[in-house]
Amino acid sequence: MARAVTANRKMINTAIAWAVGLLIFFPILWTILTSFKTEAQAIASPPIFLGFDWTLENYSIVQERSDYMRFLWNSVIIAGGSTLLGIIIAVPAAWSMAFVPSKRTKDILLWMLSTKMLPAVGVLYPIYLLFINLGLLDSRFGLVMVIMLINLPIIVWMLYTYFREIPGEILEAARMDGATLKEEILYVLTPMAVPGIASTVLLNFILAWNEAFWTLNLTAVDAAPLTAFIASYSSPEGLFFAKLSAASTMAIAPILILGWFSQKQLVRGLTFGAVK
Amino acid sequence: MYLKNALRAATALTVAATASAHAQSLTIATVNNGDMIRMQGYTDQFTEQTGIEVEWVTLEENVLRQRVTTDITTKGGQFDIMTIGMYETPIWGANGWLVPLTGLSDDYDVDDILPAMRNGLSHDGTLYAAPFYGESSMVMYRTDLMEAAGLEMPDAPTWEFIREAAAAMTDRDNDINGICLRGKAGWGEGGAFITVTGNSFGARWFDEDWKAQFDQPQWKEALSFFVDMMAESGPAGYATNGFNENLSLFQQGKCGMWIDATVAASFVTNPSDSTVADKVGFALAPNKDGVDRRANWLWAWALAIPAGTQQEAEAKQFIEWATSKAYIELVAANEGWANVPPGARTSLYETAEYQAVPFAQKTLDSINAADPTNPTVDPVPYVGIQFVAIPEFAGIATQVSQEFSAVYAGQQSVDEALAKAQAITTEEMEAAGY
Amino acid sequence: MATQHSRSAARLMMAPAVILLLGWMLVPLTMTLYFSFKKYLPLRGGDLGWVGFENYVRFVSSSAFWPAVQATLVIVGGVLLITVVLGILLAMLLDQPMWGQGVVRILVIAPFFVMPTVSALVWKNMFMDPVNGLLAHLWRFFGAEPISWLSEASMTSIIMIVSWQWLPFATLILLTAIQSLDSEQLEAAEMDGASPLNRFWHIILPHLSRAITIVILIQTIFLLSIFAEIFVTTGGAFGTRTLTYLIFQRVLESQNVGLGSAGGVYAIILANIVAIFLMRIVGKNLDA
Repeated sequence: MARAVTANRKMINTAIAWAVGLLIFFPILWTILTSFKTEAQAIASPPIFLGFDWTLENYSIVQERSDYMRFLWNSVIIAGGSTLLGIIIAVPAAWSMAFVPSKRTKDILLWMLSTKMLPAVGVLYPIYLLFINLGLLDSRFGLVMVIMLINLPIIVWMLYTYFREIPGEILEAARMDGATLKEEILYVLTPMAVPGIASTVLLNFILAWNEAFWTLNLTAVDAAPLTAFIASYSSPEGLFFAKLSAASTMAIAPILILGWFSQKQLVRGLTFGAVK
Repeated sequence: MYLKNALRAATALTVAATASAHAQSLTIATVNNGDMIRMQGYTDQFTEQTGIEVEWVTLEENVLRQRVTTDITTKGGQFDIMTIGMYETPIWGANGWLVPLTGLSDDYDVDDILPAMRNGLSHDGTLYAAPFYGESSMVMYRTDLMEAAGLEMPDAPTWEFIREAAAAMTDRDNDINGICLRGKAGWGEGGAFITVTGNSFGARWFDEDWKAQFDQPQWKEALSFFVDMMAESGPAGYATNGFNENLSLFQQGKCGMWIDATVAASFVTNPSDSTVADKVGFALAPNKDGVDRRANWLWAWALAIPAGTQQEAEAKQFIEWATSKAYIELVAANEGWANVPPGARTSLYETAEYQAVPFAQKTLDSINAADPTNPTVDPVPYVGIQFVAIPEFAGIATQVSQEFSAVYAGQQSVDEALAKAQAITTEEMEAAGY
Repeated sequence: MATQHSRSAARLMMAPAVILLLGWMLVPLTMTLYFSFKKYLPLRGGDLGWVGFENYVRFVSSSAFWPAVQATLVIVGGVLLITVVLGILLAMLLDQPMWGQGVVRILVIAPFFVMPTVSALVWKNMFMDPVNGLLAHLWRFFGAEPISWLSEASMTSIIMIVSWQWLPFATLILLTAIQSLDSEQLEAAEMDGASPLNRFWHIILPHLSRAITIVILIQTIFLLSIFAEIFVTTGGAFGTRTLTYLIFQRVLESQNVGLGSAGGVYAIILANIVAIFLMRIVGKNLDA
């Protein structure tokens, strides 16, 4: 925005925006703060904001009960693996839809999105039986496949919208220079689409990380990610606000930190073709 | 077929890469209760003694049920031991899904298990799950508030007395509610409590022809009594309070009385968690004056082995360890007698040290007063006190208790809820082919 | 430009994605259809034979069906309304010059990173608990009687929780769209004496229409199947039983796989009605 703005106006904007931002962020902040309180302080009335005795006790109790690193590692593998696999499958598909469109391209795209509408609970039983027969229960591979399939339509669509914004002339020029299809995709298209691919990766990593139905129902020990970790803290006996907060903080911290560091990429690319 | 083989190969690779430690380890699905969490802390000792590794899958109660039920009905084979309750055990046992717990060692002394628990966890006389702890329900009350109200709790109170005492103890200005009870939807939460309340008013779920009985006057009386009493003396928003919420309220000193699981006695008398630890008294669960059934249930969290596990012998070994007299002594030595898993073994109640624990005798009396084969005044075709041991019950009772919770929240009247409960139950029983 | 050669190459490149998704759609769908015509009760011995359309009839005639459809639509509609309206306002705010814009943006998008289970747990226990929740403290501070959110205002509470999770997503997409708005056009309008409201109505909103349809489409897909938020907070009580939740109760709580599968088929039909409706709008927009 090139308009000249008075310092006064900017001050007001800043104040309002910060107030709103903090309000939206507050539930997360409160959870993080509570995780450092004792159980008694966590339910103190009136609530204590900062003036409590900071303690790490809750974290050590949670860690003692469940091996955090194992769950974390599974989350990383499942979210990372499914996103990576999804991208590998989606890039060629999105490429051909964007650059060699046919009459049916849009129908295919919309059909892909519609597969996301299958309600997961309705097909738990069939999928569970299928997983038993294929020996995929509690395996990371099985979960990577399922989560990849769930997110694939979104990945294809996002990539398709980015690719469409790349001018076709550049590709044609490359082709004239004798570039093969593979080279065209690898050296011409991909570099131009990096911001788009980056934000696609990020968004799908987040969606995969937070998927809480299949990851809970198809795992036991070996493949259980953080969503299963949190399922053992939802209501222990007695006072548990502080422990719940600690477990919650542990479950969301990695993705929160990742999201913050990469928010520029995420913001830049998250358009779904909404901007032309 | 190619795809199937490729998937298999890929899985084999993943499994080989990740699970070398899986050779000799038991996978146990369990609930996140205090006693179970404590046991996890002691499993190292089991591993030391036997060389068998143990992997825990600890889940919140509702998630656990969903998880283990899916696995057992599809024969998924994900777990070597499952933590299940008195409701599931006989049904699953009858279906042949559980390994019968026969041929246990002499040391284990299976005859020492409390008869009520053993019956509840058996089908046709065969034990299918070993109780880790058992419970009934009873009244826990604040002795100081009772005294201040000028009343004295009898050993076996009536509902009329409870209501009067609750009203006398209530002091809303100081955040003290005369009585805290479960109102939360769910068959194992508020559903269980209103069912035993119904029993103690002479109501029942089904008549001998499996016809739903919510159109009978006893249910109306029981539900109206409950709602009126809670409106007078219960905490705000009790429609969403379950066991945990009430425990927390009682520990904070916000309840005069609480009628709930006997296992809670050790939590409310534990000074490190409870602000009222030294002011708690106990009494049998109430009944309506003149009705020959009390509002106390019978429940056990028990360990069972799903049929088809590769490690039956090891699993049995673990169950013997976890539900043995020796385990009780281990916990007693480390955490004190008040913290041992209660309600499973006769010998525990014969131990002098345990008899000195203030709630021991009342717990045993409550358990002994519960008779799952004869739960109601009028005859019924089912077994179970706070539940009906048929597969359809969990689904039906959850929906019925949702209707009741809507009454507690002031969203519908007692009559509306009972009419809906009757309709839901009839509908579902029809769908199940009764 | 598309030669025969590149066409077949394109088809080949699309094949993996299409085949995988076709399998992912057809296999569960076929199995669901199969079960839906069976009396299938896992706890009563499993497969008890074909029953024709009995499950379908029973599922719709159940007293819980229409309220569940209604609850689903109310939740989806409510969340869409809140996230789109607040999202536009927030996007316009974030587009203004200010100090620390990056940090504010981080704060605003943070809820999107929180697992649904965690956010439901945190809201339920630490905010909406009628005794120890922060909102109860706030109410008491102002001398009001605390609300038992999840029972007295169950629908509002769930819509609130879900909106909190999805507001960042809507804001981000709308913000990107606003940033692409030609500022000269706005300035010209400003000089012509158009009031701020007029500028919003005639310039900003039309510019955002495409982004708004995208937000609605994507969110609807996810909102139709929300589950964890209800499972954790009300367990389907107090009128919050959505169609997805009703199916869950049929399949897992009542252990009636046949009936639940019939419900699944209905849910697919409902989702597709909504989808066709949405695709009509979006499809038009995609051409633009």
